[in-house]
Amino acid sequence: MSVRVQHEDFDVGAEITQLRLARPDTGAVAAFIGQVRDINEGTGVSAMTLEHYPGMTEKALAAIVDRAKQRWDIFDALVIHRIGTLQPTDQIVLVVVIGAHRGEAFAACGFIMDYLKTEAPFWKKEETPGGTRWVEARSTDDAARQRWEDN
Amino acid sequence: MVRLFYFARLREALGLAAEEVELPAEVADVTALMAWLAQRGGVWQDEFAGCRPLRAAINQELAANTDSIRGGDEIAFFPPVTGG
Repeated sequence: MSVRVQHEDFDVGAEITQLRLARPDTGAVAAFIGQVRDINEGTGVSAMTLEHYPGMTEKALAAIVDRAKQRWDIFDALVIHRIGTLQPTDQIVLVVVIGAHRGEAFAACGFIMDYLKTEAPFWKKEETPGGTRWVEARSTDDAARQRWEDN
Repeated sequence: MVRLFYFARLREALGLAAEEVELPAEVADVTALMAWLAQRGGVWQDEFAGCRPLRAAINQELAANTDSIRGGDEIAFFPPVTGG
């Protein structure tokens, strides 16, 4: 299991290859990549700055991955989240889960993202034509996490 | 003595990222700490009196408002998170 918080971009292909080749019994690789959008709430976004809570961020992400590993029979998971200033179309987050079969890999990947969105201490600030603004948390993200608690 | 950290929009509103404070003995949980900070008045009242959604962490783990605070703790307050 690996969790990284970094300014630098990441190479999705290289990360996936390294993960899956380490486990020849892998039959499924599920991945999520988040990309910075050039629009939010109907307003153009020219740049975004990611702030986080050093120390807690890494612990929170590791705890989320641990919970996914307890819940599903997966082999390994990788989370990379970028910080600092990013531009539209930049990659912002990568989650990769490997396992024997797709069902558990898909589910664990979704679970990790839903908890990352609601429990990992990152905050986005957007630059728009009207100035900078902090992104507000969405109730739909809380609902997405809640479905894992309910089932 | 406890260490307090403020993040994101909250840090900007308060104009402060971190501080060390000596808490009165009766400030023993997160709710009491928020009330204690609110009574500083002004922007502290605006942010900690319960009108805005805030999350807390104790020693880098998400905390409930009823969680206890002890000397030496690292306590952080921040808006709901928006990563991913």
